[in-house]
Amino acid sequence: MEVKMKNLFEYLKEMYDIIIIGAGPAGISASLYAKRANMNVLVIYKGTSNLENATKIENYYGFPDGITGQDLYNSGIMQAKNLGVDFRVSEVTSIEYQQDGFNVKTPENEYNAKSVIISTGNKKLKPNIKGINEFEGKGISYCAICDGFFYRNKKVAVIGSGEFAFSEAKMLSNVVKDITILTNGEQIKSVRNNFKINTKKIKKIVGSEKVEKIVFEDLTEIDIDGIFIALGEAGANDFAKTLGIITENDNIKVNENMETNVPGVFACGNITGGLLQVSKAVYEGSKAGLSAVKYVKEIKK
Amino acid sequence: MVNVYNKENFKSEVEEYKGTTIVDFYADWCGPCKMMSPVIDKIAEENKEIKVGKVNCDDEIELATRFNVMSIPTILIFKDGKLLKTFVGVTPKETILKAAK
Repeated sequence: MEVKMKNLFEYLKEMYDIIIIGAGPAGISASLYAKRANMNVLVIYKGTSNLENATKIENYYGFPDGITGQDLYNSGIMQAKNLGVDFRVSEVTSIEYQQDGFNVKTPENEYNAKSVIISTGNKKLKPNIKGINEFEGKGISYCAICDGFFYRNKKVAVIGSGEFAFSEAKMLSNVVKDITILTNGEQIKSVRNNFKINTKKIKKIVGSEKVEKIVFEDLTEIDIDGIFIALGEAGANDFAKTLGIITENDNIKVNENMETNVPGVFACGNITGGLLQVSKAVYEGSKAGLSAVKYVKEIKK
Repeated sequence: MVNVYNKENFKSEVEEYKGTTIVDFYADWCGPCKMMSPVIDKIAEENKEIKVGKVNCDDEIELATRFNVMSIPTILIFKDGKLLKTFVGVTPKETILKAAK
């Protein structure tokens, strides 16, 4: 009985009203407004924020001597923690639809939320390999869960070297016949290694109507039916692909309330484009936080 | 009205039709397709002069393969039975209509 109660508690603990991905000024602002409205809020973040790289910020309100990006960033996280916002330092590898909300996965855990705010910044990783753009949708895919189906019993590759690449490979392994991780010269940055791995640098992707071959720098080649791109950490553009969020020039399209075209998903900060400034990220974060609160209250009714 | 196309009726309904047809290739398990579907419904409702239909890729893998559909949602626009334009991924209503008109 005791064990059961504990499990139930653990389960409940991982249910949130709002999950925010990214802990820069946009994500933290959103968390402050959401938490103050009595929401159950979790922020998941990993890696460096653009803000941390700013040596000195001299145009932001209220700091007569300027402030370093690192200090402003740390203070923001501290402020949210003091208010009672939950934090996890981990990499979100996928966001999926589920009944009444969203399922957010990290390599260690999964979380459920009624609403998700994407504030991951504008890191966009596209490998600079000849043929990548040409064959997009013709053998090149950015979403295993969407497109894996079309490669049933086929031979595919995943380009990437981190947790995200392995999580995409795992998803594909139920469907495809043969799978290889291509690190394109990088070292593996995952604890999981139960896949075939090839670390050669890639020269180009070739085919006529669709992808047929990968040619490496050393001019060896392999036949392939499909290639899934999963470089670095999963980013806003990857989440956008799996959820069907409309993007424009690699930015997530939002309205004045920071709503995307997907009900319950909001975006704020650098990922929405425009001015790449702290002030703009803070404004959008507060707006996204309030919009998410309104959304959660509506669906709880 | 959104029609349902399959390998039996695709020829007569789309390839032999004189006019414009918009076809949405989708599957029930596909997350992004859930976002595309209301857009397709709206296009059908607001543009009676355009024929609009759906192909369920789970049931119609042959049709999907024939049109090189390897990622869903994929929207195909046909004019007088000929493939005019392909959109891969969730596409705004305006973009689809601009290509169709």
